[in-house]
Amino acid sequence: MEINFGDKEIDNLLNDILDIYGYDFTEYSKASLTRRLHRLYLMDKFKSFGDFSARIQTDPVYFKHAVQEISVNVTEMLRDPYFYKTVREKIIPVLATYPFIRIWHAGCATGEEVYSMAILLKEAGLLQKSLLYGTDINPVVLEKARKGIFPISQMQQYSTNYLTSGGTNDFSSYYTANYNLAKFDESLSRRMVFSTHNLVSDSSFNSFQLIFCRNVLIYFEKDLQAKVLRVFDNSLELFGFLALGSKESLRFSSIAGSYKQVDPKEKIWKKLK
Amino acid sequence: MNRDIQLIVIGGSAGSLQVIFKIFKYIPAEFPVPFLIVLHRNVNFESALDELLSVKSNLKVKEVEEKETIESGYIYLCPADYHVLIEKDKTFALDYSEKIHHSRPSIDVVFKSASATFHEHLVGILLSGANADGGDGLKIIKDNGGLTIVQDPDESEVSYMPHHALQKFKADFVLESGKIGRFIFDLNARA
Repeated sequence: MEINFGDKEIDNLLNDILDIYGYDFTEYSKASLTRRLHRLYLMDKFKSFGDFSARIQTDPVYFKHAVQEISVNVTEMLRDPYFYKTVREKIIPVLATYPFIRIWHAGCATGEEVYSMAILLKEAGLLQKSLLYGTDINPVVLEKARKGIFPISQMQQYSTNYLTSGGTNDFSSYYTANYNLAKFDESLSRRMVFSTHNLVSDSSFNSFQLIFCRNVLIYFEKDLQAKVLRVFDNSLELFGFLALGSKESLRFSSIAGSYKQVDPKEKIWKKLK
Repeated sequence: MNRDIQLIVIGGSAGSLQVIFKIFKYIPAEFPVPFLIVLHRNVNFESALDELLSVKSNLKVKEVEEKETIESGYIYLCPADYHVLIEKDKTFALDYSEKIHHSRPSIDVVFKSASATFHEHLVGILLSGANADGGDGLKIIKDNGGLTIVQDPDESEVSYMPHHALQKFKADFVLESGKIGRFIFDLNARA
């Protein structure tokens, strides 16, 4: 099948989506977004760009499906185990000094990172005084996050990640296996709040000691990256921490001067002013 | 041959590392076209590929960073566990979406994206490997007017990947590993 649309058609479609639904994808990185739109077009077997565009504009149910498919929802538990080892060793001891801990996972997709952090907090004896906020643009993935049910096929990899991150328990003690699914313990999800939040258009909604936003900024153009970093800056307490993906950086950003990287390798910054 | 080449993309998997070292023996420091290398690597294996290649080539070697502008004088390496895309303004973009052919980075993803930006100004080279990745992307490079080279399957350490690509379409050149570097050097000299 042939792809018969390019940058101009995509720009028009993004403007129409913004007008009709209020979702602003115009400052998303074009290379990645184009690839996702091409993928969706082929997956749903459209014959022409006109059909594709009309369906998105006139069918809100299809639009919801489109948002889910064009946003990247790939995530895993304890991804980059050495990152989590650094969180255990350098961040959690600082969090322990607070009477109440608030953490924001921005763009959390199906929530695997939120569960990862809850496990770390539980092992440090801090989960009971913590609240983890998971937000995403996409309500469908948040429903999965709330349930805390993940494919059992992933557990071997997650268990390896867990041990590499410095975990000393049996990872399987955190979930109940049922056929091909693993349901994570409710003692973890009880300390979580999931809600939709659009980093492009919504502002700060609380103050936090730690914000995770890993592998989300790579999908945004520079100006939007800067805007989102300002939202994080406004949402972070003094001496709070901002954790980004392994290929993302505060370097060259307008807020860089107020932050100090806490580890030479891992992408975690501390707010100093 | 009269084409203005702006980027050379090399994709490889099992058995391709030694071929890459051979290629860069022929490429001088002042070579005017940048290279982008996408290799299947084990995420959990802290690879010293950039250091190895720095020793064995005359060009500067660096891992791709997001939003970075592509410049000549460099060999860019795709980072482990990210797809690499190229924007129309010739900057890199990273993407952590689903694996393609069980691979992230995927050679197909890089080839297709580079082709959409560079069209006939692109050279795509596919080397040894045990994976079906790369063939679709290389075909698109050719369809968009770019130049395509496949390592001769008969002398590839693992013939599956080059063989699989050649079943999909007719590449412009099928070359032995020892001849690819010289070919690239001459290609530029003739341009």
